[in-house]
Amino acid sequence: MKPLLALEDIRMVYQARKGLFGFVPITALDGVSLSLAEGETVAIVGESGSGKTTLARVSLRLLRPTSGQVLFDGTDIARLPEGRLKWFRQQAQGIFQDPFSSLDPFMRVFDTVEEPLIIHRIGDRERRRELVYQALEEVRLIPVKEFALKFPHQLSGGQRQRVAIARCLVLRSRLIVADEPVSLLDASSRAEILSLFRELQHRHKLTFIYITHDLSTARQFAPRIAIMYRGKIVETGPTSQVITHPQHPYTRALLEAVPQPDPSNRFRERRVGFQETARE
Amino acid sequence: MPLLEVEGLKLRYQGASGEVRAVDGVSFSVEAGAALGLVGESGSGKSSVALALMRLRPRNVAHFSGRVLLNGVECSRLDEGEFRRHFRWEKLAMVFQGAMESFNPVLKVGEQIIEPLLQRRMGRKEAEKQSMALLDAVLLPARTFDRYPHELSGGMKQRALIAMALVLHPQLLILDEPTSALDVIVQAEVMNLLKRLKRELSLGILFITHDIALSSDLCDRIAVMYAGELVETGGADGVLLQPGHPYTQKLLAAVPRLMEEKEPEFISGSPPDLTNPPPGCRFHPRCPYVFDRCRVESPPPFPANEHRARCWLLLR
Repeated sequence: MKPLLALEDIRMVYQARKGLFGFVPITALDGVSLSLAEGETVAIVGESGSGKTTLARVSLRLLRPTSGQVLFDGTDIARLPEGRLKWFRQQAQGIFQDPFSSLDPFMRVFDTVEEPLIIHRIGDRERRRELVYQALEEVRLIPVKEFALKFPHQLSGGQRQRVAIARCLVLRSRLIVADEPVSLLDASSRAEILSLFRELQHRHKLTFIYITHDLSTARQFAPRIAIMYRGKIVETGPTSQVITHPQHPYTRALLEAVPQPDPSNRFRERRVGFQETARE
Repeated sequence: MPLLEVEGLKLRYQGASGEVRAVDGVSFSVEAGAALGLVGESGSGKSSVALALMRLRPRNVAHFSGRVLLNGVECSRLDEGEFRRHFRWEKLAMVFQGAMESFNPVLKVGEQIIEPLLQRRMGRKEAEKQSMALLDAVLLPARTFDRYPHELSGGMKQRALIAMALVLHPQLLILDEPTSALDVIVQAEVMNLLKRLKRELSLGILFITHDIALSSDLCDRIAVMYAGELVETGGADGVLLQPGHPYTQKLLAAVPRLMEEKEPEFISGSPPDLTNPPPGCRFHPRCPYVFDRCRVESPPPFPANEHRARCWLLLR
């Protein structure tokens, strides 16, 4: 089957400033290839600095890679000029880590969710209202009419993240890239948002890239997993297999680090030392 | 005698639409060399408890009462000058939530660590020597002293903050979500460090977190907070393996499991508005086992030292 999204040998090199005139190249992505069939969910797991956020941004063409192709539905979007990307902007959406900064504090929920429809010239006023209410209902911001009138500061973290999800749904996007969407939420809202993701994913056959540093939520949500370390995918495979039979030492360190409620934890040190030696 | 004893702590803020009962009659104790986890959702009042203990209450406090005893001294009764001179930072210290962003960006990390020592008229040489020992204790290289905050990674900043809190050798360390901005591996490293410090310095620790799984990494006892009240307190084994209160059970069920094929559950509904908390048990609107009594009568608070859950199901 033809993949919906195929990243092919992506390299991303940033120029970091050094001193007054100098620059040093920093390789954030070092030959990453990944492909997703329509309706598939992949979790990208790694620590901060591993390049996972850069990968998210490249997949959404918020960044142009230094080299490599980003094929969306067969078209290389890495090289298209912004003016010819509107169709892609409608079909691919991002959800970001911090729902406190990703929503405009001066816009009501209704306007936030309606805005993409206006930009993409979908429907008239009546139709748009219908679509917005429908999306809010799908993310269970109920009663819809009440939530539509609220401002972001009146919402909890979980509720804000649902507004962000509604904003993706309203365009009937096919690809959603969620970058640490639940890492700032507490356990209950985290479980709730992930179960909502799964439900929407099934209902709309969404293709999902779920980016996280936490293997336990990755396991909960994604059947396939890719472990990133220092700009490379170091291990990939079915989630249950990666978790039960990790191959790469970094994957083992990630597994060792996941907090689980076990009272004997307080008597043992977690063996995550792999990384300290690697970093020096 | 426990290191810290808190009895009937109440803290209310003046909000726009009435008094917010952020902490409503909370009692617990922390033993020297032991860690108590204070666990609850955001908005449950955990951080307010910490600020009340440090006597760093915001200006809009409408009501404050309760007893706080440190080593048997009722420090809630002391006047501010006394508390500042002999208690805050000296006997109890705190690492604040989000403190990684609150370093002074133009001052070397070491200078920020030795500031309180210099304030207390210690010679500079001696202060530097002590801070080197501290950096070593939190597993930071000595050269960190001359680094600026922006040169440190998140994990290093958190270690430096712990060093800052320990500079006057407090007996009690309050940690408010110390790892929430860190990724899992760095978090595990910080937890390893805290375990070691607790053991080696026989520190009493109050560990505040929304993550009950993480609390198991450090805490000997766990207190679960909901809507300004403690709903369950007990040894880590009891609370984690045989949780009594439905809220604790739900919190545990919400933790995504790594090795079990078990879907995490979530708690439907949202925490109550604390200007007008529900009558009876505050968890009753979200509780799956609710019955008539829960709606009208609040289960009585319990003494701090046993494993107890504040729930009518268990008190019947």
